[in-house]
Amino acid sequence: MLVNSIYEMKNYPVVLLNTVLSPLSFLLLIYFVSGGKLIGDAIEGGFIMSMFNSGMSLQGDLAHLKNDFKLQDMVVSSPTAPAAYVTGMALAEIIYSVPALAVLTVLAAVYLHPGTIQALELLGVFLLMFLTSIAIGYTLSTFSSDIVQSFAFSRLISTLFSTLPPVYYPITLIPLPYRYVAYLSPTTYAAEISQHLLSPKSPSFLPLSTPEVALAWGVLFGTTAVLALIAVKKARWREV
Amino acid sequence: MKPGKKVLEKTQELLCENLTKVYSGSSGRRALDSVNLRIPSRGIFSLIGMNGAGKTTLVRILATQLESTSGRASINGIDVAKEAKVLRERIACVPQEARTVPWMTPKQTVLSYLMWRGIAYGDAKAKATEALARVGLGEQENTLTRRISGGMKRKVLVATVLASDADIIFLDEPTTGLDPISRKELWKFLVGLARDRFLILTTHYLEEAEQLATTIGVMHMGRMVGLGSLDELRSSVKHQYSVMVAAGSELPKVSGGSATRGDSGETQILTDEEEAYSVSRQLLEKGAKFSISKTSLDDIFFYLVNRSDQEAKVS
Repeated sequence: MLVNSIYEMKNYPVVLLNTVLSPLSFLLLIYFVSGGKLIGDAIEGGFIMSMFNSGMSLQGDLAHLKNDFKLQDMVVSSPTAPAAYVTGMALAEIIYSVPALAVLTVLAAVYLHPGTIQALELLGVFLLMFLTSIAIGYTLSTFSSDIVQSFAFSRLISTLFSTLPPVYYPITLIPLPYRYVAYLSPTTYAAEISQHLLSPKSPSFLPLSTPEVALAWGVLFGTTAVLALIAVKKARWREV
Repeated sequence: MKPGKKVLEKTQELLCENLTKVYSGSSGRRALDSVNLRIPSRGIFSLIGMNGAGKTTLVRILATQLESTSGRASINGIDVAKEAKVLRERIACVPQEARTVPWMTPKQTVLSYLMWRGIAYGDAKAKATEALARVGLGEQENTLTRRISGGMKRKVLVATVLASDADIIFLDEPTTGLDPISRKELWKFLVGLARDRFLILTTHYLEEAEQLATTIGVMHMGRMVGLGSLDELRSSVKHQYSVMVAAGSELPKVSGGSATRGDSGETQILTDEEEAYSVSRQLLEKGAKFSISKTSLDDIFFYLVNRSDQEAKVS
């Protein structure tokens, strides 16, 4: 599965341009609107969006390969286990995101200067975001019977979880009654941890106490575990 | 099957017992209705039938892609539901409507398929090149599949399963959409493939089943209405001559044989040689449109399907 994405990028290089532009366009927008003050939040948001959207792209790609190419049927009738299939496809999605992640890493090194521990914690946050979206993407793809419906779901979930919530900007910019709605999205907790680690100088920084940081990690781990469990139990490998 | 790996086969047969599939949802369609069959798992088993007859549903259940509602099925003693993991080591499938990925070349397509199956890159590369050469695509192996013809794309898919180590291969309508020459090229290739593997293929082309199949299964409305070799199916029809009379023609009296009217109005008369010629003479005198031939698979198919419809109406 991994080699499929490499072949696609090799044979259609324009794919690379698309994967770079998507997260960076929001980053530029936030940078210009805030006069450069929210560059840190925007870089962290770019990472979270890249990782989350990788998983959501998986949903569209899996559904496309399943419904239009009948590839999943070919894989089901082979020794390949569902876990290997999803892992391969998930890694393929990461391959697509590598150009964007490379640009974001350079920007992070220039503007945020994370230490080793901070970098590792961020890596953990981004990985959990990726796993969460992979679990959602895989489960939904196995139920999908139509590619248009699948891409519509993929875009909707991406918007609800990575564009609308305070991923690219601090949560304090949301008026208080609506702020609680933002906490329904796991990406909000991911952004809070990232901003807590790297953006204390951000003009709208909301300081977190240690229990609040622990709660945010707990929510991220819990959400990932629950969604992974749903994927294992409910996703349809052999159709019913 | 991996080279050198010894597998103790319990049986060498494909077995279905009361296999039934009712699709969930509002339609509740009964796609398979108590299918029973027991055939040797060698050569080519060809499933024929009209659209919606249940061929693809049966193949998908046997290829472990779809759960049955009730009944059981096994290949070489391996239960398709309970031992799917074991069976998947042995099978490969090209589904109906499978397509090649346009941004990959034939070689990349076969290579990646083999790598999913756990074959190491070096081996996979050699097997891909060999399989593509065997299906006549050696020169096109590095051309993007969107730039090759429809027939070549089908051959790429067949090459993927050929290159695999599977010894039970499912091909769901492998020649649909191919021109007659490409179809016959693929036939030759499939016959070669079946020398050491068991092929289960579905087709709309009766001529294809007639040419290729060791065993033929005739499906209609989710039921297996005929099963056996071409000779066995032929002998299941009492008369060896068929006169097909176009719709709207006045029919002569048939004393020794049987006349069956199809849904589209044409009538099939199955009878012995003597009466077939006498009926033909009468039709000729009346200026009716008709054809006369020895009983072919087309005639057997027509007879079995209409007999099944009539039985369903009676019950």
